[in-house]
Amino acid sequence: MTTPDETSESTPETADTTPTSDKRELRFDTSWSYAPAPESTDHIRLESTYGLFIDGEMVEPASGERFSTINPARDEKLADVSMAGAADVDRAVQAARQALEGPWGQMSDAERGKILFRVARMIQERARELAIIESLDGGKPIRESRDIDIPLVAAHFFYYAGWADKLEFAFPGRHARPLGVAGQIIPWNFPLLMAAWKLAPALATGNTVVLKPAETTPLTALKLAEILQDAGVPPGVVNIVTGAGETGAELVQHPLVDKVAFTGSTEVGKIIQRALAGTSKRFTLELGGKAANIVFEDAAIDQAVEGIVNGIFFNQGHVCCAGSRLFVQESVADLLVAKLKDRMATLIVGDPLDKNTDIGAINSSDQLEKIESYLEIGKSEGVEVYQPSCSVPDSGFWCRPTLFLGCAQSHRVVQEEIFGPVLAVQTFRTVDEAIKKANNTPYGLSGGVWTDKGAKAFRISDKLRAGVVWANTYNKFDPSSPFGGYKESGVGREGGLHGLSPYLELSA
Amino acid sequence: MSTDSTQSSSLEQPSVADGAEPETQRLGVLKTYKLFVGGKFPRTESGRYDPLAAPSGDLIANVSRGSRKDFREAVVAARAAQSGWAGRSAYNRGQILYRIAEVLEGRKAQFREELELCGLSSEDASSEVAHAIDTWVHYAGWCDKFQQLFSTVNPVASSHFNFTLLEPTGVVAIVAAEEGGLAGLTAALAPAIASGNTCIALASERFPLSAITFGEVLHTSDVPAGVVNLLTGRRSELIEHIASHLDVNAVVSYDPDPDRRKRLQEEAVHNVKRVILREPGHGPSPYAILDTTEAKTTWHPIGT
Repeated sequence: MTTPDETSESTPETADTTPTSDKRELRFDTSWSYAPAPESTDHIRLESTYGLFIDGEMVEPASGERFSTINPARDEKLADVSMAGAADVDRAVQAARQALEGPWGQMSDAERGKILFRVARMIQERARELAIIESLDGGKPIRESRDIDIPLVAAHFFYYAGWADKLEFAFPGRHARPLGVAGQIIPWNFPLLMAAWKLAPALATGNTVVLKPAETTPLTALKLAEILQDAGVPPGVVNIVTGAGETGAELVQHPLVDKVAFTGSTEVGKIIQRALAGTSKRFTLELGGKAANIVFEDAAIDQAVEGIVNGIFFNQGHVCCAGSRLFVQESVADLLVAKLKDRMATLIVGDPLDKNTDIGAINSSDQLEKIESYLEIGKSEGVEVYQPSCSVPDSGFWCRPTLFLGCAQSHRVVQEEIFGPVLAVQTFRTVDEAIKKANNTPYGLSGGVWTDKGAKAFRISDKLRAGVVWANTYNKFDPSSPFGGYKESGVGREGGLHGLSPYLELSA
Repeated sequence: MSTDSTQSSSLEQPSVADGAEPETQRLGVLKTYKLFVGGKFPRTESGRYDPLAAPSGDLIANVSRGSRKDFREAVVAARAAQSGWAGRSAYNRGQILYRIAEVLEGRKAQFREELELCGLSSEDASSEVAHAIDTWVHYAGWCDKFQQLFSTVNPVASSHFNFTLLEPTGVVAIVAAEEGGLAGLTAALAPAIASGNTCIALASERFPLSAITFGEVLHTSDVPAGVVNLLTGRRSELIEHIASHLDVNAVVSYDPDPDRRKRLQEEAVHNVKRVILREPGHGPSPYAILDTTEAKTTWHPIGT
């Protein structure tokens, strides 16, 4: 019961696949357009100035220094936050140390879990507020912060809350004890979600924490501080020190920190790994990636196109596991690229608070500069750069969704993590070639495979040297699902049962 | 002669049975202790050696002093063997580990003798060899079980089938414990290869002979060439190269020296190597297998 159109699609080698002449072309240059549907910010309370959250209260930084966090969609200041220096970090670590020996360490496992359940519930209650602030501060589309980030934040606390009194069942033959004080440094791409990924397992396992949010996205973590207070988390159990790289360095090097958890670039991860050499501090690193998203000729092409778009344009491509290298089997490459270009023409780049927006603002001017430098590198390397002609706002930081076509393995835009909405496209002929090319990178965080053949999906999944493989889907996350990298993409796992042990001392 | 054999046992009379009259005219055959790399027994490319003396002062062997290049050759062999070894079925790997125990059992006497030659009491040597054999049997059994213990099916909230299983980290370098030339090596090797890693192990400096003789056991136990590579040499000289090699995925070290530990951790950053520091003397454990594995999570939609 196929229509003529579907029949023609099944014989792509004969189909005319240039988007301009294809009779199935999608037309968007019509007279109608989406009316703006901005999320209201009336409900949001933001202070003009924030202190540091130490020992259960907001305090002034010892330095008195502050910096501004801006809305990248308008290049406007949202608030001034405190720059934590060595004295502030020390104060926070001392508070965490005391809380470990005090109320938190003495609390029963079940009670500790109940507090985390409360945190999860309160995040759900304040989800709208948190989503809006996340989009304001970081530039991500409200559709994503509302439907993905914040629900996952609550889910993470809810998931790990339940582990608090069940740790004896998690590690057969071993006795589990908390490590002590965890110093946690998180990135700007999923500000509150990364805070949840770090805090929830650390607290469920009985540790106390000093958390350093990213310089450009500190606000939702400071909002979380309010929730932690309301939920009855004892003072000092979680301390939040805002600042820049130096603040993170102070935290990593503090002698009373027992464990460091870092999510960010491979470059900084290596600096941290080196700084911890010769100490007894444990660490987990969740670093960069350059994931291969592999599409076979037998894949459901339209679904694959959606998956490719979600893989690289989700959160402006500011995703360590983004499917930033596309490998298409040669026989369907023309068709797929044509469809991909069509789909990209429908993407709406603009106001993150608009519910229609697909691609929001680039997180900072620095990041935009980096992405634009790679656009130039791509051109100078001789690859074809394709962008749809969508409009972007006048102020703020924006990048249109971009394809690099005709890439080779040796191109820098193929080898290096760009962390933006740019996709390097390559082709392949055989399964072995795809595997070889996909694994030809120092990274190993994630990968994707699109095929209708189950055996092939499992083979690719087996052969990809990466910690997460999405088969016929991409960029899915869940608190029960372990996440983390092979090779230079990091050490350790976050999420699920496997996310517990990095915060525990296991003894016989 | 037989009463103080550990004192006077020398290479001129290697096979004298207790109480028997020595065949005084026969000259013993000395063994050249070479490296074990890629299933072969090459000399060190460097041509260097370290003399190994018995407590009596007698020369036991000129032990190969492995070089950086030897290590690199061994990494090439280990990398070449890795996917094939990991691709064996868990059942097959288990049988091969068990085969190691079988062959080792048959050559107990030789290992005891070598350990005694290096100064162990005969009681200690016997117990060390027995312990090593039993450890191989123990890990042989883990090959097709640890996965079931540590893998998960994850109840994600969306409509996906999601599971996490363990894969070998890849190529693992081992700095074996200084004490226990055979048992220490076994404690490090067995959990690493049980999951499908391939290894380059730097033997104990004090007890290097067992390592090379153990290579002969591996050679005759159906262990594919390159899965285990054994080097003798000086850790002070090699540690930096082991740590910084970009095609080594993990290092398991029993070296207690704090400076070398720090050096190892510092140089490991170049490719975010996993560094596992262990104290010698722990019993076998599936958690030792876990140390050199990576958890991989696979998602697939559930639908029509």
